[in-house]
Amino acid sequence: MGADVRQLASEAGCHLNSGCGFPAPGLNEFDFKPIFTIGGVDFNKPMLLSIICALLVVGFFWAAFAKPKLLPGKLQLVGEIGYDFVKRSIVLETIGKKGEKYVPMLVSMFFFVWIMNIMSIIPFAQFPVMSKIAFPAGLAAIVWITYMSLTFKKHGFVGGMKNLCWPSGIPGWVMFILVPIEFFSNIFVRPFTLAVRAFANMFAGHLLIVVFSVASWYLLSPSIGALYGSVSFVVAVALTAFELLVQFLQAYIFVMLASSYIAGALEEAH
Amino acid sequence: MNPGFALAAEEKMNPLLPAWPEVIIGLLCFFIVFGLLGKKLLPSIEKVLSERRDAIEGGMERAEAAQAEAQALLEQYRAELAEARHEAARITEHAREQGAALITEMRAEGQRQREAIVAAGHAQIEADKKQATAALRQDVGSLASQLASRIVGESLEDSARQSGVIDRFLDDLESKAASSAGAK
Repeated sequence: MGADVRQLASEAGCHLNSGCGFPAPGLNEFDFKPIFTIGGVDFNKPMLLSIICALLVVGFFWAAFAKPKLLPGKLQLVGEIGYDFVKRSIVLETIGKKGEKYVPMLVSMFFFVWIMNIMSIIPFAQFPVMSKIAFPAGLAAIVWITYMSLTFKKHGFVGGMKNLCWPSGIPGWVMFILVPIEFFSNIFVRPFTLAVRAFANMFAGHLLIVVFSVASWYLLSPSIGALYGSVSFVVAVALTAFELLVQFLQAYIFVMLASSYIAGALEEAH
Repeated sequence: MNPGFALAAEEKMNPLLPAWPEVIIGLLCFFIVFGLLGKKLLPSIEKVLSERRDAIEGGMERAEAAQAEAQALLEQYRAELAEARHEAARITEHAREQGAALITEMRAEGQRQREAIVAAGHAQIEADKKQATAALRQDVGSLASQLASRIVGESLEDSARQSGVIDRFLDDLESKAASSAGAK
């Protein structure tokens, strides 16, 4: 299998001037050999990581919140700060008092997404689970279902469609163009962009780190290449730090947008 | 780069197409997180957070009540103090007025007594004077008549005429004395 050959080439002694080309990483970086197969379904590394992430999130909050005390210990305090941040700074800030009901879902989503992103820079994991479109797509689907069901439950079918497609304060003749755009944007584009935004950021970030890591190894040779290689290594380290920021930011944006969709659904009819 | 490989990879995986097993595993994981956090962990922490808020607010309320009570006491104390001051001022004023009245009264009384004493003195003097005058007049009359009878050698029997002469003489003396006093 091509990917494996490449993987081996980058791991083994393939360096500059040693007669092999640069093993540029590509989509193969996101394709994993199945760890095992059950009934024709492959179980791969991203699935394993997502399970580990779920266990990490649950484990952390279990340790922090299972026996909560009035005077919090350190772990509980950290958990409270995280919980309070998502609850106040994202959910209640965006939706308002009515958002109280959706706090558990969005808090779970935030920490699950964040940990899956962080996996990008954890040794041995070193893969952002959200860079596989399946994971953000699943979560975006949950957001979309919530968004749609809330819209139609609150406003009924006609009112819901009006809420989705009929922006207020616009002169009548613009509606001719605007209504199809709003319809398309709110119902089809929103969930798609929600998923793709998270996916693409993690995908690109991971690819960048891999490119510079592979390059610093490839360039490591008894020549001027060693200098380039060290520069490449520094860039890889800097990108890792940058990714740490992006991972948080993408989790934040994902939950923030989910909140704003819910807020839109709960909005009073114009 | 092997174009055949790249093509094969493109065909094999499109990064925008989700793989269903991954979607299912991902959703399962999310629902595990959501279930445990939403059903158990977040409600439990939320309960503690609201208990803590209550405790803090309760403490604040107690502090506020204590402060209000202290404030009320202070007000009461101030009111009492002001009343006491007012009372003291009133008493002082009253005493001063009373003292002044007493002094005036006593002064009036003194004046009155002085006047009474002076008047009594005057009356006494007048009475004494009158008495002395009368006595003197009698004595002078009798002395003059004795002297005259000695000189003349006979007693002046006619008392009515006698007294008339003496009185006229004395009146002359008095008027002389009065005119000399007025001239002085």
